[in-house]
Amino acid sequence: MEETAVKIMRPLSAVCIVASAALVLAACGTDPAASTNSASNTASAPAATGTAEVKCGGKSPLSAEGSSAQKNAIDIFTQQYTKKCPGQQANYNPSGSGAGVKQFNANQIDFGGSDSAIKDADAAAAKTRCGSDAWNIPLVVGPVAVAYKLSGVDKLALTPSVIAKIFSGGITKWSDPAIKAVKGNESLTLPDKPIQVVSRSDESGTTDNFQKYLGAAAKADWTKGAGKKFNGGVGNGAQGSNGVATAVKGADGAITYVEGAFAKDGLTPALIDSGSGGVELSAANVAKSLDAAKFVKDGSNDLALDLNAIYASNIPGAYPLLLTTYEIVCSKYSDAQVSQAVKAFLTVAATDGQQPLSAKGYVPIPQSLQTKVLASIQAIS
Amino acid sequence: MSTALESPAATPAFQQVSAARKVKNGIATTLVWFSFLIAVVPLVWVLYTVVANGIKRIPYTNWWSEDLGSVLGDEVGGGVLHAIIGSLLQGLVCAIIAVPIGMLVAIYLVEYGRGKLAKATTFMVDILSGVPSIVAALFIYALWVTTLGLPRSGFAVSLALVLLMIPVVVRSSEEMLRIVPDDLREASYALGVPKWKTIMKVVLPTALSGIIGGIMMALARVMGETAPLLVLVGYSAYVNWDIFGGEQAALPLVMNNERVSNSIEPGSVGFDRVWGAALTLVLIIALINLLATLFSRIVAPKKK
Amino acid sequence: MSESSSTRTPTGDPGGRSSSAKKVPEDPISEQPASPAAQPPASEKPKKVRAGDRIFQNLTTGAGLFVVILIALIGLFLLVQAIPALTADKANFLFSHGWSTNDPGNMSFGILDLLEVTVATSVVALVIAMPVSLGIALFLTQYAPKRLSRIFAYVIDLLAAVPSIIFGLWGILVFAPAIEPFSQWINSTFSWFPLLAPGNVQPNVRGTIFTAGIVLAVMILPIITSLSREVFERTPTPHIEGALALGATRWEVIRTTVLPFGKAGYIGASMLGLGRALGETIALAVILLIPQGRDFSWSFFDGGSTFASKIAVNYSEFNNETSAGAYIAAGLVLFVLTFLVNFAARAIIGKKGD
Repeated sequence: MEETAVKIMRPLSAVCIVASAALVLAACGTDPAASTNSASNTASAPAATGTAEVKCGGKSPLSAEGSSAQKNAIDIFTQQYTKKCPGQQANYNPSGSGAGVKQFNANQIDFGGSDSAIKDADAAAAKTRCGSDAWNIPLVVGPVAVAYKLSGVDKLALTPSVIAKIFSGGITKWSDPAIKAVKGNESLTLPDKPIQVVSRSDESGTTDNFQKYLGAAAKADWTKGAGKKFNGGVGNGAQGSNGVATAVKGADGAITYVEGAFAKDGLTPALIDSGSGGVELSAANVAKSLDAAKFVKDGSNDLALDLNAIYASNIPGAYPLLLTTYEIVCSKYSDAQVSQAVKAFLTVAATDGQQPLSAKGYVPIPQSLQTKVLASIQAIS
Repeated sequence: MSTALESPAATPAFQQVSAARKVKNGIATTLVWFSFLIAVVPLVWVLYTVVANGIKRIPYTNWWSEDLGSVLGDEVGGGVLHAIIGSLLQGLVCAIIAVPIGMLVAIYLVEYGRGKLAKATTFMVDILSGVPSIVAALFIYALWVTTLGLPRSGFAVSLALVLLMIPVVVRSSEEMLRIVPDDLREASYALGVPKWKTIMKVVLPTALSGIIGGIMMALARVMGETAPLLVLVGYSAYVNWDIFGGEQAALPLVMNNERVSNSIEPGSVGFDRVWGAALTLVLIIALINLLATLFSRIVAPKKK
Repeated sequence: MSESSSTRTPTGDPGGRSSSAKKVPEDPISEQPASPAAQPPASEKPKKVRAGDRIFQNLTTGAGLFVVILIALIGLFLLVQAIPALTADKANFLFSHGWSTNDPGNMSFGILDLLEVTVATSVVALVIAMPVSLGIALFLTQYAPKRLSRIFAYVIDLLAAVPSIIFGLWGILVFAPAIEPFSQWINSTFSWFPLLAPGNVQPNVRGTIFTAGIVLAVMILPIITSLSREVFERTPTPHIEGALALGATRWEVIRTTVLPFGKAGYIGASMLGLGRALGETIALAVILLIPQGRDFSWSFFDGGSTFASKIAVNYSEFNNETSAGAYIAAGLVLFVLTFLVNFAARAIIGKKGD
């Protein structure tokens, strides 16, 4: 008996330690650093001021899935949604644009988030799921940075043509005269290091948009086409935005393309010179690009943007390399509860949800776009 | 005779250890110590990293009692209650299914198995241990969602985890059962105890502590798997007790979400959450381990 | 006669484990005590007990059958999903590098790179983990003081609780930068040796098979060590004491008693570790860099994908059945590879147990 007692004592005493730790925890209380409300709202880009009526209610929790690039934006939308409609919940699964479209077509989620507009085969499958057309509603716009790490070089300007050549193997060293020749780089001392290109190894909407951009803005130099997989054929691939950021941070002389929010802490975003001088990456500059926005289907409620127009544009002071994430919705839901919740959520997203976006590195949608977006959302039934 | 008994047993009574044997012994000792020291470094390093990086947000009540439904990606606050509940539920359901099956297979292999089926079974268990978690997840997806038409849920995740847990339970139980001395079994049979009772009341309790250790190891591994979570359940930022429907969170999913959509630079909120969730998982499993050890100590038969 | 046979049948054959020398003639001895008083209960017992035994035996056999069927189903699933893609493959599936599956009408993919990287990482992991685990298990059971051994065993078991994604993050964020000088040194000093030459993710030495293999070794260490330790711990004391009584040194005791006793358990544990190494998904996806446009160059400083990490990295974009099938085909190859490796291992090591 005594032996058993001894045998039990040791693990039992360990359990007691754990129990006392729990008591200490209770004594610690809540994390003092926890913020109850968002900090400063340094809006570097003006947000649209439209408002619309929000009819709270419907399915809770709302389930959505898709692009990871808009996860932080959706979090903001959700926060505003729960403020506006107390008691309602919304979930978002950042598993990627492709997964978002797939689960939407499989009727597993209420709306999807995709970095590229749904079309062709996917659109047909969506139509079957919905029983009506599927619409693309752009709600989240963010810049894509061409970020690099090069010791001693804090400010670098690149033209689309040079970028295209770097990412397809045409330019392999930092000391290449083509880089020096870009306006603004004259005073720089560029070392004779090889350029280490880092791309996304997983299929990604960021890659898709980046390659589309190069194809539109540097037609002559980028012949590799677009798509979710990087076609450049040079450098190394790392998984996810954090993966590419880590890979670049660990190698002097590396360069990559990544969402603007990740281009910091050791990475420097390059200035993009579309022909009117190098433009810095900032929300305000991206907003200028959006002024050139055109739609693929003019007049329809399906608001897929014609990005080629934006990418090939040359508005002075505008940063053209942007990423738009669309919410894929049914124009007509078979379940009225779902439809009500989706409409409420998206309406909040398009109005109250846009202003806080700029603090997180996104670009609030401009007024003209917002009016059309709200009209489309209202038309969902 | 008296002289032999009077004189103390001096060294000549024992054989000298030859130099060659001494050297071999020395080398063996050195190698064993060396391997231990090599191993200590990365093991302690990993655990230290997890503890040091994860400890920042954990000692507060909100970490253990709130979910992430009301905080933004880079806002401090909220907690992982939803993930803890999800992980525990999924792990529990997985264990309830996998442990009986695994132990029955182990008993079969050790006590009954002879011939082709046993050979095939043991071979297949090895194969199963090599199935990647993503393939197990895709298999369950094809079975559960595509063929049976059922929705994604925490239960589907548990099914995939069962596939991953069974091989470890089988192998470790099998080894533990095998080294139970035959004398015990024979004594039991000699007393007229039927075979199945022998197994249940003599063999199993003797091997119990080792078997429980194996189960804990398997459970620890499956609760840390990410791939089945990505494929078979949607992420919920809120607490969800329903394992059969809707989205559910889990600790590895929280880690993966932060890694995928947030910056995880040291000092950022994403960093704290990822390592915090990892430390939480380690602590929970350590606690379950302790409880299991306690249980096995109480239940196991006295050894000497 | 009836009672003696009835006492023998229920206990029956002790299964596929003991030898058949147990069939000692009991009849003359047991017949005597089994006097008329014992008869009625004895004739009742066989029916109940036999049923219990049969049920239990069927239960366990059923479980064994279940595992076999499960594997068959998984194999079937892989095959069914993979075949459309395999027939649409324009390149030689088994022997070509490169992977292009975006356009279902124009796919050309080959698994040679994946195979090479998978084998390389698993080999590095096993070569490191197996001897080290053996050493640790022996240390903890034979050399270390009881206290230290218990604490350390617990620490190692705790390591199994660390999720694989954390191993990946630790590997790429903490471990790789720390050993970078060492990796660089090996790379430059031994660059004449083909296996250590600069790889296809040059000049990066962080996201390589070298790093990934070491991290994988650390991941499978707890499994192998824990199981081996449990087995070594249970070496029958009479064996050890007998060896000591004969004047054996510590090493000789281990060599003659602990190791033979624990060999089967150690091998079984290593097979589990190997299985884990072959199938590890997320950790390798996070660590390994993937060279674009360059193939495997037979160096441990190459990057690339393993079968599992390739599927995981691309899973979210399985858009159509045919493209997805290509990745499933890769999974199928891993499945077959596991078969072959286990087969070879069993053939080399010989029959286990018995």
